[in-house]
Amino acid sequence: MTAFFQSLGLPYEWAWTVATLAGILIISLLVMFSVAMVIYVDRKVLGAIMMRRGPNVVGPFGLLQSFADGLKVFLQETIIPSAANKGIFLIAPIITFTVALAAWAVIPFDAGVVLSDINVGLLYILAISSMGVYGVVMSGWASNSKYPFFSAMRASAQMISYEVSIGFVLVCVVLFAGTFNLSGIVTAQQGFGLGLINAYAVHPLLFPMWVVFFISALAETARAPFDLTEAESELVAGYQTEYSSMSFALFWLGEYANILLMCSLNTLLFWGGWLPPLDIPVLYMVPGIIWFLAKTFVFFFMFSWIWATVPRYRYDQLMRLGWKVFLPMSLLFVAATSGYLMATGHFG
Amino acid sequence: MTVSHLIKSFTLWEFLKAHALTLKYFFKPKVTINYPFEKAPLSPRFRGEHALRRYPNGEERCIACKLCEAVCPAQAITIESEPRVIVDPDGTVRGDGSRRTTRYDIDMTKCIFCGFCQEACPVDAIVEGPNFEYSTETREELLYDKAKLLANGDKWERAIAANLEADAPYR
Repeated sequence: MTAFFQSLGLPYEWAWTVATLAGILIISLLVMFSVAMVIYVDRKVLGAIMMRRGPNVVGPFGLLQSFADGLKVFLQETIIPSAANKGIFLIAPIITFTVALAAWAVIPFDAGVVLSDINVGLLYILAISSMGVYGVVMSGWASNSKYPFFSAMRASAQMISYEVSIGFVLVCVVLFAGTFNLSGIVTAQQGFGLGLINAYAVHPLLFPMWVVFFISALAETARAPFDLTEAESELVAGYQTEYSSMSFALFWLGEYANILLMCSLNTLLFWGGWLPPLDIPVLYMVPGIIWFLAKTFVFFFMFSWIWATVPRYRYDQLMRLGWKVFLPMSLLFVAATSGYLMATGHFG
Repeated sequence: MTVSHLIKSFTLWEFLKAHALTLKYFFKPKVTINYPFEKAPLSPRFRGEHALRRYPNGEERCIACKLCEAVCPAQAITIESEPRVIVDPDGTVRGDGSRRTTRYDIDMTKCIFCGFCQEACPVDAIVEGPNFEYSTETREELLYDKAKLLANGDKWERAIAANLEADAPYR
């Protein structure tokens, strides 16, 4: 894109700046639009599994429901509790939202279609997604109310616990791919399974890791069955309890942007990103971004499906699963993966 | 913890089974009534929005006996009445010995829709009709006066009469 703006007569620095800003705008808008659509899908899937119809009035098939909700929320008053710490209270949703969008900078949508193709993309994602917990903790603390506070405590413990095992899972992937660059990881998956399947998840060492990653992604984004940061039966609405109007909407958008991010990471790290599922030339005629979006959508469907199916974990069960099952398991697989790769001469 | 238990929990067997079940439900036909476009059938006894009825000749049924006001458990009904005044064609003003309401208010925000008013009414004047879609944007609009109730009666008379007739054998 820089070249395009240079051809319009801008000097390189200006062209680069304009191109980057344009890229940020496009990706943000795309993510926001997908979030709106995905909230609709979520509600539809949930409804269908409960044999309800879900939103079906606003627009064709209710497709515009999220936009109507957005407009409604936008027109409402932001209520700030008098006991709240105003500055932090208002900054918290902004942090959650910004961080959720910032992580998309390194996500490759197609070969070369990435805002910033940095070599430590995966580390960047890890760093940014750990930042996300600050929004939650700050909101819980600044609300000066007991339920948000409990929720923030739970959220921080939960996100930290599961980030550990996510880290080890990513180590396995990185060992196989030999790079932290997300595009590199995707291209390394081409023909990985028997020279035919473009996915890491078909490997017997990596499939369990994918399952661990998927479940940890649920916990990381506080989705059911790990949504006990907003366990409505105990904590009203968790850290969002005191929020209203746009500050609430920012949390909501950030949360779904994070969920989408996790779905796309599933796609990129384990299921071949923008590559077609099978390494057959005919399938490459479909644009990569279609494959990427389709795979991400499948994972999002699984997120909704799980939400509709399983009950919420208790707090101690959540901790047990994170520390006593996933952590030893992923550690074991890191050792097994590196041993396997050494034995097969992967590192040359 | 037995071996079979371990295998079951590490293969997520029960989760998979549960998801197979919910996927089956995903494709089942929806049971929801598509509400504003489809409506569920209502019983003739349905107790909805109130209405004051008239006789076919246009005369108000209500005789201001105030039984409904007395029986109302929520005290939502307020009635004031006066002897009816008739002006004859020749200009003489006389009463005919009957009474009529000058004020008949129902506070719909108080009403609990118990239906005692229509059961107390000796002349089937106050009835609860089949309408339940009368939400308003202000509270004041729910403080019904006599004009509103009579208008309801005129609007819903056919449905109310049909319902009363359908329910009559069981009264």
